[in-house]
Amino acid sequence: MSATTAVRRVGHRLHSRLHYRVRRYGVEGVCLLLGLAIVIWSLTPIYNMWLIALSLHGDIFSGDLWPSNPSLESFRVVIYEDFWYLARFWHQFGNSFYVGLMVTFLTLFIGSLASFTVGRMRLRNGWMLTNAALMTYVIPASFLAIPIYRIMQIYGLGDHLVSVIMALTTFATPYAIFIFSQYGKSIPMELDESARIDGANPWQIYFRIYLPLMSPALVAVGTYALLLAWNEYLYNFLLLSSPESMTVAVALAQFLNSDESPWNYMMATAIIYALPPIILYYGFRRHMAAGLTMGGVKG
Amino acid sequence: MSSTTQPIPHYIRPWPSGWTWRPTWFGGLHGSERSWAIAFFLPYVAVFLAFIVYPVVYGIWLGSDPELYAELFGQPRYLTTVLNTLLLVGVGVNVKMFLAFLLSGFFVIPNRWIKALLVLYMLPWALPALPAFLSLHWMLIGYGGFLNSALETWFGIAGPIWFNSYPLALSANILSYIWKWMPFWTLVFVAGRMAIPQDIYEAAAVDGATGIRRFTFVTFPLLANLYLICTLLSTLWTVGDFTTAYFVSSGAPALQTETLATFGFRMAFDQGYPRVGIAAVMASLPLLVPLTILLMRRVQATEVQL
Repeated sequence: MSATTAVRRVGHRLHSRLHYRVRRYGVEGVCLLLGLAIVIWSLTPIYNMWLIALSLHGDIFSGDLWPSNPSLESFRVVIYEDFWYLARFWHQFGNSFYVGLMVTFLTLFIGSLASFTVGRMRLRNGWMLTNAALMTYVIPASFLAIPIYRIMQIYGLGDHLVSVIMALTTFATPYAIFIFSQYGKSIPMELDESARIDGANPWQIYFRIYLPLMSPALVAVGTYALLLAWNEYLYNFLLLSSPESMTVAVALAQFLNSDESPWNYMMATAIIYALPPIILYYGFRRHMAAGLTMGGVKG
Repeated sequence: MSSTTQPIPHYIRPWPSGWTWRPTWFGGLHGSERSWAIAFFLPYVAVFLAFIVYPVVYGIWLGSDPELYAELFGQPRYLTTVLNTLLLVGVGVNVKMFLAFLLSGFFVIPNRWIKALLVLYMLPWALPALPAFLSLHWMLIGYGGFLNSALETWFGIAGPIWFNSYPLALSANILSYIWKWMPFWTLVFVAGRMAIPQDIYEAAAVDGATGIRRFTFVTFPLLANLYLICTLLSTLWTVGDFTTAYFVSSGAPALQTETLATFGFRMAFDQGYPRVGIAAVMASLPLLVPLTILLMRRVQATEVQL
């Protein structure tokens, strides 16, 4: 081995290490830039909410990039119901919770019963039910707004929380049936059969065996239904009109009735309204991933 | 003897071979099982009949008059509405899905700060649509809005009044739509990428597929079906999008940036023509029905978990 090849080899090693380093830092740099862009893109509208909420009424459109006189006044107004659009704020907050919990309960109850019948009781033509459910899942809910508004009045449910609960349950149940029938396939049928031999009736099998084993799917779908009900606007607005029956979403959009509304109060209301779903989302993130992400490429 | 064992000619058979008569629905169950099944089944059927079938039939009945459609197509605003909806679906959905797909590749990099970033990136999706879009509206309002103030302060550019111009207002809607919904689909694709077993990549690397080739020959073919199904599903939902157009641009300028859902809504509830509103929505069925059929076939063929 001559000296020149050794030198060349060392040189080559140095060069490739340098090359590797440039490449590595280049990739890291690109990642950092991308990350920064993602932060700015995601957070700007959220920062804008806080900016308006923390400003005083006169300062809102003054062109400041941060509140010149930051104040919690608008939050105080919302919490103490000190503005006439917000006079029943906590009552409406309670309405939102009530609607959310009822929709969650009914969706879980109706959805799990239906998928139990199709999947576990060997219902003939059960696929038709699943297909009908998929159709409802896929067709945009907003297109049914006009007929549903009329029909709720025919049922005598105008301006009644039950109308919103039923409408939203209808839209959440198809998704529940899907997730439940997918998840239910992983529970062995032998469990049902042995319980049946021991003399359990279908209700006992459903309640004592099926539901406990389905709990991960129940949590995922329950979170989905609760978020759907809390975040929904169109049906809340159409079906609820009096301050007594309104939910927070409707109360919030009331500010748009006038061009001169106190937008800082509106943004403070919006932030308070957005907190429960965000807490719920980050609290149940891992559980929701079980069903919500539609992941899993099985084909 | 031989005549009785002869197979029945196919033209006499009432249905194709292999089909046997079976009692429908609850026929396979017996006694109390059957009543339990009916009782379990009843709540969903009741909800389905009362809040899906009845409204759909009622809606079709309301929108069945052909004269409504003549009136509808005579409205110049309706044609812009259709165009806006098609642009939101064509541009919004596709850009969103494509970017979400690319970003999902970034978010699967096993790195601590990228994981933390994903949590932050999901915030627009975790936020309810109404406050998010209200904030975007006031951010883009023009003079005194945050975006224009920032442009003025940092770059000395006098920003436009976004909602006074049709293309800008429509772009504002589409961008807001992408902002709100891209995180969700990114998460779906992240889950899809995570589900690809690592040994496929290792085998591909042995065969020389790395870098861009790994993407075109391994990752993309494996996720193509998921991508197609997600795009179809998102298209169907976006055709009925209400909140974006209603809150970001509120139809400005002069109700030119409405989508089908907001147009139908304003026709029915602001102007008092519910039948025209129904007709506006019904006119989208030629687009919706084929897409639904395509989606259902795809879902059944590939067993992608919804």
